[in-house]
Amino acid sequence: MSDEHYLELCDNPVQFENASSVNNVFFDEANKQVFAVRSGGATGVVVKGPDDKNSVAFRMDDKGEVKCIKFSIGNKILAVQRTSKAVMFCQMNLQCVVLEVSCLCFVFRSLQTKNASVLGFCWTNWNEIVFITDQGIEFYQVFPDKRSVKLLKSQSINVNWYQYCPETAVILLSTTVQGNVLQPFAFRSGTMSKMSKFEIELPVVPKPAKLSLSERDIAMATIYGQLYVMYLKHHSRTANSPSAEVVLYHLPREGACKKSHVLKLNTTGKFALNIVDNLVVVHHQSSQTSLIFDIRLREPDCAVNTHQPVLPARSIHPYRIPLSDSSSWSVFQPDIIISASEGYLWYLQVKLPPTVNLLQDKGKLMDFLLRRRDCKMVILSVCSQILEGGEKGSLPVVATVFDKLNQVYKEYLEAEQTYTLAMESGPSRGSAAQKRPVRTQAVIDQSDMYTHVLSAFTERKGVSHKFIIAVLMEYIRSLNQFQITVQHYLYELVIKTLVQHNLFYMLHQFLQYHVLSDSKPLVRATPQPRLSTANDEIVEVLLSKQQVLGALRFIRSVGGHDNVSARKFLDAAQQTGDQMLFYTVFRFFQQRNQRLRGNPAFNPGEHCEEHVVHFKQLFGEQALMKPATV
Amino acid sequence: CEVYAAPRMATGMQEKQYTPSLLSFFIYNPSFGPREGEEEKKILFYHPCDVEKNEKIRNVGLCEAIVQFTRTFCPTKPAKSLHTQKNRQFFFEPEDNFWIVMVVRNPMIEKPNKDGKPPTIEYQEEEILDTVYGAVLRQCYSMYKLFNGTFGRAMEAGGVELLTQKLEKFFYRYLQTLHLQSCDLLDVFGGISFFPLDKMTYLKIQSFVNRVEESLSLVKYTAFLYNDQLIWSGLEQDDMRILYKYLTTSLFPRHSEPELAGRDSPLRPEVAGNLLHYGRFLTGPANLKDPEAKFRFPKIFVNKEDSYEELHLIVYKAMSAAACFMISASVELTREFCEQLDSLVGPQLTLLASDICEQFNINRRISGPDKEPQFKFIYFNHMNLAEKSTIHMRKTASVSLTSVHPDLMKILGDINCDFARVDEDEEIIVKAMTDYWVVGKKSDQRELYVILNQKNANLIEVNEEVKRLCATQFNNIFFLD
Repeated sequence: MSDEHYLELCDNPVQFENASSVNNVFFDEANKQVFAVRSGGATGVVVKGPDDKNSVAFRMDDKGEVKCIKFSIGNKILAVQRTSKAVMFCQMNLQCVVLEVSCLCFVFRSLQTKNASVLGFCWTNWNEIVFITDQGIEFYQVFPDKRSVKLLKSQSINVNWYQYCPETAVILLSTTVQGNVLQPFAFRSGTMSKMSKFEIELPVVPKPAKLSLSERDIAMATIYGQLYVMYLKHHSRTANSPSAEVVLYHLPREGACKKSHVLKLNTTGKFALNIVDNLVVVHHQSSQTSLIFDIRLREPDCAVNTHQPVLPARSIHPYRIPLSDSSSWSVFQPDIIISASEGYLWYLQVKLPPTVNLLQDKGKLMDFLLRRRDCKMVILSVCSQILEGGEKGSLPVVATVFDKLNQVYKEYLEAEQTYTLAMESGPSRGSAAQKRPVRTQAVIDQSDMYTHVLSAFTERKGVSHKFIIAVLMEYIRSLNQFQITVQHYLYELVIKTLVQHNLFYMLHQFLQYHVLSDSKPLVRATPQPRLSTANDEIVEVLLSKQQVLGALRFIRSVGGHDNVSARKFLDAAQQTGDQMLFYTVFRFFQQRNQRLRGNPAFNPGEHCEEHVVHFKQLFGEQALMKPATV
Repeated sequence: CEVYAAPRMATGMQEKQYTPSLLSFFIYNPSFGPREGEEEKKILFYHPCDVEKNEKIRNVGLCEAIVQFTRTFCPTKPAKSLHTQKNRQFFFEPEDNFWIVMVVRNPMIEKPNKDGKPPTIEYQEEEILDTVYGAVLRQCYSMYKLFNGTFGRAMEAGGVELLTQKLEKFFYRYLQTLHLQSCDLLDVFGGISFFPLDKMTYLKIQSFVNRVEESLSLVKYTAFLYNDQLIWSGLEQDDMRILYKYLTTSLFPRHSEPELAGRDSPLRPEVAGNLLHYGRFLTGPANLKDPEAKFRFPKIFVNKEDSYEELHLIVYKAMSAAACFMISASVELTREFCEQLDSLVGPQLTLLASDICEQFNINRRISGPDKEPQFKFIYFNHMNLAEKSTIHMRKTASVSLTSVHPDLMKILGDINCDFARVDEDEEIIVKAMTDYWVVGKKSDQRELYVILNQKNANLIEVNEEVKRLCATQFNNIFFLD
């Protein structure tokens, strides 16, 4: 069980003083900072960010209970809300570790609408802030030096609650009595734009109308670069929905919001959502387990865009999350889990190795892994694993996996090529500058496969050569299918395997159909400037791999052994340091000389004098073949 | 162009021309009846069988004597053939002391005489080539060995009695399929015609073969052919060479008729109800659904290092694609296995066949409209046994048709003999009587014979023309990629 936990909390959580009667804890999703406010700030405010340089400590006057506290982007301005009517701004001087901030403060209470109560505020920039009140939304610019604010834009609208997605600077307002009409606003350096509103389909429409959509059931996050509103739709006895589901609404920058995906939870109860590595993680309270969904993974047996969990439910390693009411664990987007009572902030992480054994369908597993961030080594280990198994019928699986890898590899190569071409043709006129394509870990190239998978696989004992050749050919087939130029070392691997098993006729057939020799030279760093035929190339490859006998057998199989250079073979044999090998090769050529010229001696033109000397040194003069007496 | 089929009639009014034909064919072992009066024991097979016993003994004795006599000149290379006015004898010792002799009657012209005199017969003893018929004789043995193993094997298993039975059974039918009149240079080469294919489709076939061998682990070797041309052989070259000969000259022609036959023809095989694929067995059961179907396949023998290996030969075909699966003969093949093979291979092979066909048509379109090349040639590569001929029409079970005059074929054979004598690269240009130029080129294990019809060309022009052809046509003669 223990190695099946595919979710874990990070090793280095952010630690802070745990929440207590004297210490209030706040979390700012925008800066991912935890504020520990002791005694209303009088005995200190400690701010802990994701890393140490975001940590600040200061003191401020206790002017009542703090309801909300947030830094602007870059810790420039601190905003503190103590009442539902007013927010205080403080300019920070972060040179000092402990600051006395009260002197720099000014209070801002001239809100647009009288009697409105502030539901909350969000910083969208270092000096731009949005107030959400029950009566509307107000966008201000703050000038701490002048101790003033300037209204940039406002909109009147009845608001039940709001959600903020700092990543995209989009604020979502719940409006209408039932609360299920959602109005998003997008913010970008001084501008506020209203996006098209949309309605969440409620499982039951209450009569009389009352607030029916809770902010706990809505979350916003970006998945695969797109903004989604996630709605946790609980099961209802009256409506025909046996179990809960998560409904995803795609929220594009332009255009209407559309219901796009349905994630089937197949259970009921209380849930919480996270997004990790573009996966939707759904925590289930009562079973203390979590499910993950990949919205890009196509489900063959489901209706369009309906998704089942990728993997069976498992708890988070090594903790179980008690999401009970008494607990102070909270979940924040995208991937944050906070235990205020214990004083920890964790990032949730996906562990890929356990997924390998949980997902039996290797094609689906590859689809899943190829979209994950740290996937390379896991993918390579899966490749090794399926080759190791050598189970019956694994070739089609091997082929599917290779095709999926090469699909991604090819897309990267093409993007790279387009980029290079664009760069060569000079800076583009007006059009958006080409970005160099990012090489993600999912790009598994031939050298990765060779180094981590194929090379070891061909060396392994007990694997039939038939299977080795089949796998290599399958990889070459897949590369060809995606029109990727095959690297010479893969050909070398095939040649080596064929020669080791004396499968010369197969080798010939591959050469005949140009499967092995391609535009790229088969040979690296050979002294010969030009190689006339594929046979010569193969001999060179084998000699460079010290497979001297293999090379001899090969050249004899093609009937070329009367014409090859003895010196080349003797050199190679001598270099191996294997005396018996040298003896064998030497005798082979002596016999050839005898057959061709009736004399075992080498011709001066063959330049084998040093080898003759070497032979005499090793085996003595008398070991030399004597010319047959006439 | 004209098509010359043998036997042919000469143009002269009543002159009758006879093509070379088989006079007799016998197999003997001198060690089986060394003593006088036991000579008959030496004879293991004799065709024609109705020859009187003493004549058989006389003929065998003569052969023995000739071989013995010529051994005195060269102990390692006794005579291979004996030329006489009326016929030519070929000797071949495939295994120790086992001799196969083939006697071919020379072609002849019968000229009628006036005044009721018997016609004059003119033997054309120089018209036939040792290389061609020597190769035919060796092929006879190879074919026997493919289906029966060596003579020695039969001797071990059941002595002379079994061997003579096997020889009788095999050669009785085989000799009827020998068409000596249409043997030519291609028999000397005994080559394999490879199907031109792009790399990607070739790799798909590799993938198919590997997958089938993986899922049907009984399959030891696989060969893949398309349009009677080889694409892949898991067998060694020499075994494939003779199996290819069997498939293309015997098995495939026998089965091509049903495919060509119309829908309602009684020749058309019974097709199963829902047609998911076009696969069917060419050897073994004709119809899997038949409850009486027998799951017996021909057995073949292939070389394995120092011995040989006995295999079931399953030939399975879908459209123009044929796959040969070879399975150890020690395994008994069942209905279940055949059904499994059918359901696994049938759909894949059907798909592959249409892929190959499509790809082939694309390649042909790229390489130009399928017009006949302006020249005729035969190409052979000794290294991979690849042969290609634009002279020969499609082979059938009975005859092979050539599109050039037999005289030209004879010239090709002669050039080939000249090449065989020397080891070096050579080129021979011949001006034939009929205004044709015949050019033979040999270089680096490859032989090319070109026939040009350019009446007024001189030697230099012909030479230039062939050079041009080599550069344009033979760069990639086999593989359009």
